[in-house]
Amino acid sequence: MSYSIDMTDQIAGATDPVLRLAGISKSFPGVKALSDVELALYPGQVTALIGENGAGKSTLVKILTGLYQPDAGRIELDGAAVRFATASDAAAAGVTAIHQETVLFDDLSVAENIFLGHAPRGRFGLIDWARMRREAAAILTRIGAQIDPATPLRELGIASKHLVAIARALSIEARVVVMDEPTAALSATEIEELYELVDRLKREGKAILFISHKFDEIFRIADRYTVFRDGQMVDAGRMADVTETQLVEKMVGRAVDTIFPQRESVPGEVVLTVAGYAHPTEFADIGFTLRRGEILGFYGLVGAGRSEVMQALFGVTRPARGAVRIDGRIAVIRSPAEAIAQGIVYVPEDRGRQGAVTAMPIFQNVTLPSLPRTSRRGFIRMAEEFALARTYTERLDLRAAALDQPVGELSGGNQQKVVIAKWLATRPKVIILDEPTKGIDVGSKAAVHDFMAELAAEGLSVIMVSSEIPEILGMSDRVIVMREGRIAAEFDRARLTPETLVRTAAGYDRKGVAA
Amino acid sequence: MIRSFVRSREAILLGALIALVLLVESRFSGFASPGNLAAVFNDTAILIMLALGQMLVILTRCIDLSLASNLALTGMVTAMLNAAVPGLPVVALIALAVTLGVVMGMVNGLLVWKLDIPPIVVTLGTLTIYRGLIFLISDGAWVNSHEMSAAYKALPRAELIGLPVLSWIALAVIAGFAVLVNRSALGRAFLAVGGNPHAAVYTGIDVGRTRFAAFAIAGGLAGLCGYLWVSRYAVAYVDVAGGFELDVVAACVIGGISIAGGLGTVGGAVLGALFLGTIKNALPVAGISPFWQLAISGAAIIIAVAFNARSSAKAGRLILRPESTA
Repeated sequence: MSYSIDMTDQIAGATDPVLRLAGISKSFPGVKALSDVELALYPGQVTALIGENGAGKSTLVKILTGLYQPDAGRIELDGAAVRFATASDAAAAGVTAIHQETVLFDDLSVAENIFLGHAPRGRFGLIDWARMRREAAAILTRIGAQIDPATPLRELGIASKHLVAIARALSIEARVVVMDEPTAALSATEIEELYELVDRLKREGKAILFISHKFDEIFRIADRYTVFRDGQMVDAGRMADVTETQLVEKMVGRAVDTIFPQRESVPGEVVLTVAGYAHPTEFADIGFTLRRGEILGFYGLVGAGRSEVMQALFGVTRPARGAVRIDGRIAVIRSPAEAIAQGIVYVPEDRGRQGAVTAMPIFQNVTLPSLPRTSRRGFIRMAEEFALARTYTERLDLRAAALDQPVGELSGGNQQKVVIAKWLATRPKVIILDEPTKGIDVGSKAAVHDFMAELAAEGLSVIMVSSEIPEILGMSDRVIVMREGRIAAEFDRARLTPETLVRTAAGYDRKGVAA
Repeated sequence: MIRSFVRSREAILLGALIALVLLVESRFSGFASPGNLAAVFNDTAILIMLALGQMLVILTRCIDLSLASNLALTGMVTAMLNAAVPGLPVVALIALAVTLGVVMGMVNGLLVWKLDIPPIVVTLGTLTIYRGLIFLISDGAWVNSHEMSAAYKALPRAELIGLPVLSWIALAVIAGFAVLVNRSALGRAFLAVGGNPHAAVYTGIDVGRTRFAAFAIAGGLAGLCGYLWVSRYAVAYVDVAGGFELDVVAACVIGGISIAGGLGTVGGAVLGALFLGTIKNALPVAGISPFWQLAISGAAIIIAVAFNARSSAKAGRLILRPESTA
């Protein structure tokens, strides 16, 4: 057996890992999510898993918990190879996960949530309710949660729901606890309580995998780190041996390895002005301008409010305050139809849910918002419809057997092209691309980037929401970084480094270089 | 591929329909004669029209269970009005029936759109309300043949180029729907809203308004069929077309209209209705007891649903191939 990543532990004389992943690879159609990845989790220690969005962290968690099967590689529990064919296999082996959005049942009681699937049984195999409540209460007390096991989950706040999720994790005699951004939705005091809980779990000898974007948090509670980048394990080691700067460098990578189109950008007059834009719960004080032929990048952590601002601009949601001007004139946008009519279009992030009608043929998807232009007296002219669809799908180099093929049969990259073609066919002034290359393969990414550059060169104004640092740096003329619903900073491309981006987005600058 | 599969599903349904007709013909000669087939079509005309209306609603991921009650109420209103004012022209009665039907459809649509109540709940409610209204306006009394004017009863049976007017109306509705669904922006909106409501919103389609339109059109057809039904059978009473809403849903399901929305064709709905209509016409000819007739109709529905479920499951598996083989 080789312990390639654990040399330091051999020297330090640490115990053997509870769980070890070796050579794990996982591909999805068109994307390699994980490639030859290693991970080791030790009893009584917290290992932080660090990486950009799309680095493969979620895929790894799903493999750990039996939701995905790896294409290659080994999972070892106490040194013996195991296979988690289903989620219950993983649970039976003592691996449990607390997810970012808690996966619990609102209409069941706290006790039922804790014991769902493994409730204590009495005579005749019926659920022993009294024992279940008793044991639930015992676990809740153990983690210091003051929650009545009989309460319906719906009545609890997010922090308490997290505690229930943790209690559930403990109820199955977990040895490995995966926490996927557990603090994302918590307030400062709740976070402090969570830290205490993590310490308690450590003392009980649980191995903890802690996924977080927040460096202060990682330095506060983690003993070890593992860094992922683009589906590969970049580095692993002890927190004591690493500085924040080093971690950021490992995470973003020194080289921007994708090649981006060279652009001579000469932004023209202001097309879009947003001022004092605010929403009661999602964002506030949003103001920016967008020029003709400009690509404006929006960077931030997931949940920073970028997509919410864009959806308000597109009329999907209504902001409470603020003004939008298009070409200097106040624009009132109350619905997507009005946004499209005023020349703003939005290519959403979630292709499957918001982008394409997958059962519909390609050409019908492309012409969906442009039907008035391909119709005469209310009747759709098939020939014109096909011509319009062909023009824009050819421009985007769409690979499809035929234009009447349903979109659902295309690869992720080609589905994205259909969605973009759909919007270009409306001849917009401003195109908002939300994570335009998320989950698509490298070749399709390059095509989307080239095309974005072409659009800007033709005078279209582009807003690109992206969580991929190379893409933000490679494509944007200017970058706005959002944090917790507000604009944290605005940068010219020239003044921008990956490190500043990550620090601004994570709010690390506020606290100063404390590590 | 899904598209060509849909096509072949219609082909399979057409094949099954022809096989069914030939099977009955082999035992009871004369069933497949043009005259009898035309009679079967005429008998199924109302089911076809309602199935087309229901198809629009189902395409948008909704369902309208109140269609038969709507039909019965408009039928009763036209019959009572005709009995009270025999001089009123039939065209005016038809216009009234369609208007009344549209209004009832709009009530369903508004409740689904503005109050966001699940369509099955809304139309279960209006199913009962519309049926109850018949009792209120008629006091439970029947309007019988002798109370209706000759013109009122004559229209659907009048023959035009060898077919009754009822059949011609059904053919016109089929043609109109083919244009609506395949060649109009609204038709495309029905498919988009059911296929992916989220994507439809981002495309500038108002999901609620589109569903409202589907309910209104389906209601209008139910109103039209209300007059046609009552005048054809020359009697109006509270229980006219009781339970017929389920036949309509069944015809859609047999015709491959996906209950999940977004998938279905005019041809499918028409063939589904004809298949059900043929079974209902053939079984009495074959001397099968009414109880077995119900069971056989039911079995046809379950077989059709199982068939559709299998086909969509296959499509899913194809997309997920890399995962399931891992």
